[in-house]
Amino acid sequence: MSDRQTKHKTADQEPVISVRGLVNRFGDNVVHDNLDLDVLPGEILGIVGGSGSGKSVLLRSIVGLKRPDEGCVEVFGQALDSLDSQQRSQMERRFGVLFQRGALFSSLNLQENIALPLIEHARLSRSDAEYLARVKLSLVGLPASAALQSPESLSGGMVKRAALARALALDPDVLFLDEPTAGLDPISAAAFDELLVTLRDALRFSVFLVTHDLDTLYSSCDRVAVISQKRVLAAGTLDEVAATQDDWVQAYFHGPRGRAAQQAASTHHLQE
Amino acid sequence: MSAQWVVYQEDELAIEGEWTLAHFPQLKAAIAHLPAQAGQAREISLENLQAIDTAGAALLVELLGVERVGEIHAWAPSLPAERQALLARIAQAMSSSLAPKPVSEPWWHAMLALLGQQVDALWHQQLQLMGFTGLVVATFARILWHPRRWRLTAIVAHIQQSGFNAVPIVALLTFMVGAVVAFLGATVLRNFGATIYTIDLVAFSFLREFGVLLAAILLAGRTASAFTAQLGSMKANEEIDALRTQGLDPIELLVLPRVMAMLITLPLLTFVGMLSGLAGGAMVASLSLDIALSQFIGTLERDIAVTHFLLGLSKAPVFAFVIALIGCLEGFKVKGSAQSVGEHTTSSVVQSIFMVILLDALAALFFMEMGW
Ligand SMILES: Nc1ncnc2c1ncn2[C@@H]1O[C@H](COP(=O)(O)OP(=O)(O)OP(=O)(O)O)[C@@H](O)[C@H]1O
Ligand SMILES: [Mg+2]
Repeated sequence: MSDRQTKHKTADQEPVISVRGLVNRFGDNVVHDNLDLDVLPGEILGIVGGSGSGKSVLLRSIVGLKRPDEGCVEVFGQALDSLDSQQRSQMERRFGVLFQRGALFSSLNLQENIALPLIEHARLSRSDAEYLARVKLSLVGLPASAALQSPESLSGGMVKRAALARALALDPDVLFLDEPTAGLDPISAAAFDELLVTLRDALRFSVFLVTHDLDTLYSSCDRVAVISQKRVLAAGTLDEVAATQDDWVQAYFHGPRGRAAQQAASTHHLQE
Repeated sequence: MSAQWVVYQEDELAIEGEWTLAHFPQLKAAIAHLPAQAGQAREISLENLQAIDTAGAALLVELLGVERVGEIHAWAPSLPAERQALLARIAQAMSSSLAPKPVSEPWWHAMLALLGQQVDALWHQQLQLMGFTGLVVATFARILWHPRRWRLTAIVAHIQQSGFNAVPIVALLTFMVGAVVAFLGATVLRNFGATIYTIDLVAFSFLREFGVLLAAILLAGRTASAFTAQLGSMKANEEIDALRTQGLDPIELLVLPRVMAMLITLPLLTFVGMLSGLAGGAMVASLSLDIALSQFIGTLERDIAVTHFLLGLSKAPVFAFVIALIGCLEGFKVKGSAQSVGEHTTSSVVQSIFMVILLDALAALFFMEMGW
């Protein structure tokens, strides 16, 4: 793990995403207050925080689905809302997003769900696109028979995997994953972690990974950002963040689950 | 940029350039031009491979075969480790057959099956509607003696949405139709010097037919669709299942308040429709036929028996019941997808308008035979 971290530790590189002074409100409910965050090229950044702390809202404001009430979000050095619609569409195809609830298109079957961006953006023929779609489905661990199934007939875990396959469809430059391993069995979750690292190493994309899964944090994240009290409370390597003096952070990383995940990660590392 | 993606010479295969999604069609074409034995080439060089992503990797695996790429670390040790890992992982993903079982049937087979399905569905739909009617009536009978379970708040809310908010459109529409009927009557009756009977025409048609029919058709479009979409998206979101598992009866909680609200709403809207239809007629009469308002009202009082009004009104609860039931039943039939919500909403509007007109025709026949 440490070896990978050093390889990708590129402090002086331009961040892929930089969020400055972000404020988000819903009525009187202030979700983010003056939040700053950077995502560096090629890193897997884990976002943790309590339920309702605003992780999904942060993701939505970065990909441009929610207009920030104040502050700015720059992606690849450009603010999304300063672009015209065509540039913006160009920008958005460099994103791959896995929504917390999957958000598969319910009127298309799985193969068509994944083929859609390939046909629309990469201008592949339908048969090529569906072929690639099946490769992606198999890559995320779905059986061939699932390709023709419709989203409503899938289990929760299968929805997550299919949504991951769709997020990966265009080989994006930035991957946004909202709780990808929630609802997966531990074996599939581990396979997911491995897949994510393999793809990231080969394709060098950055990953914005919202997760509650401590094992994922320990096994695949290069850096971790803790969202609490409406801002990024701490960001850095796992060890740095775990050392932060804050009750929530301490309870999170040094609670029973945190310790177990840490142990599992270190024994796994020793075996390698 | 290299125009040659792959070169095959003397049993040596050289892979070059950017094997990425952006070049997918060119790559496919290049591979198609290779001789068949190229995939089994003795030597493979990946030296000049500039970039590769999952799409390119999939093509490469297809070209070289799953097994060969699976052992890539043995024959291409100089390839960067992360690319080896990517290729190996894609090969692993492609090792099981990717093609789902093809469904090939002769076209006439599919057509016959579709025809059969549709006839069967039509029959089932009627059965379901009858079953659902029974279920709703039984549930109604069950809660009749428990006023606490009448869900008054929900009923009032639905009355507001489907009734009160529909008053302007119903009034406007019937007013205009009333004016049109009066014009038509005036044009035809003038030839017989019987313009004065325009009043009877407007009164008969609105009290017996148009008041209730127009209101019912409007509600079928406005409210049956709303019911279907509401219940349908609840169904798609498993909310109805959640109610059931909590021991709550969706018929009692969701269907009955809607049905009751419609039973109250449609007669009231019918009354509004009748009045504003008459008003439309009266306006045309006074503006272009020189029949004063007082004369219009006087003739109404003298010539038109109250039975016509009662006959028209008596149909309203029946229509209301049918519209609400069809709207709710179609909502329950929705399956998971957004597409399905749309299909069933359409179907609920079409069915309820059809049923309303059918019942109205039957009622007209019946009333005529009875001499009412
Ligand atoms: N569309 C919305 N309208 C109003 N409030 C919203 C909306 N979306 C989110 N919120 C509020 O913003 C806050 C943060 O929500 P968010 O979904 O980002 O939480 P989260 O950190 O992703 O939680 P979880 O881990 O449970 O997914 C919550 O208080 C929520 O009520
Ligand atoms: Mg969330």
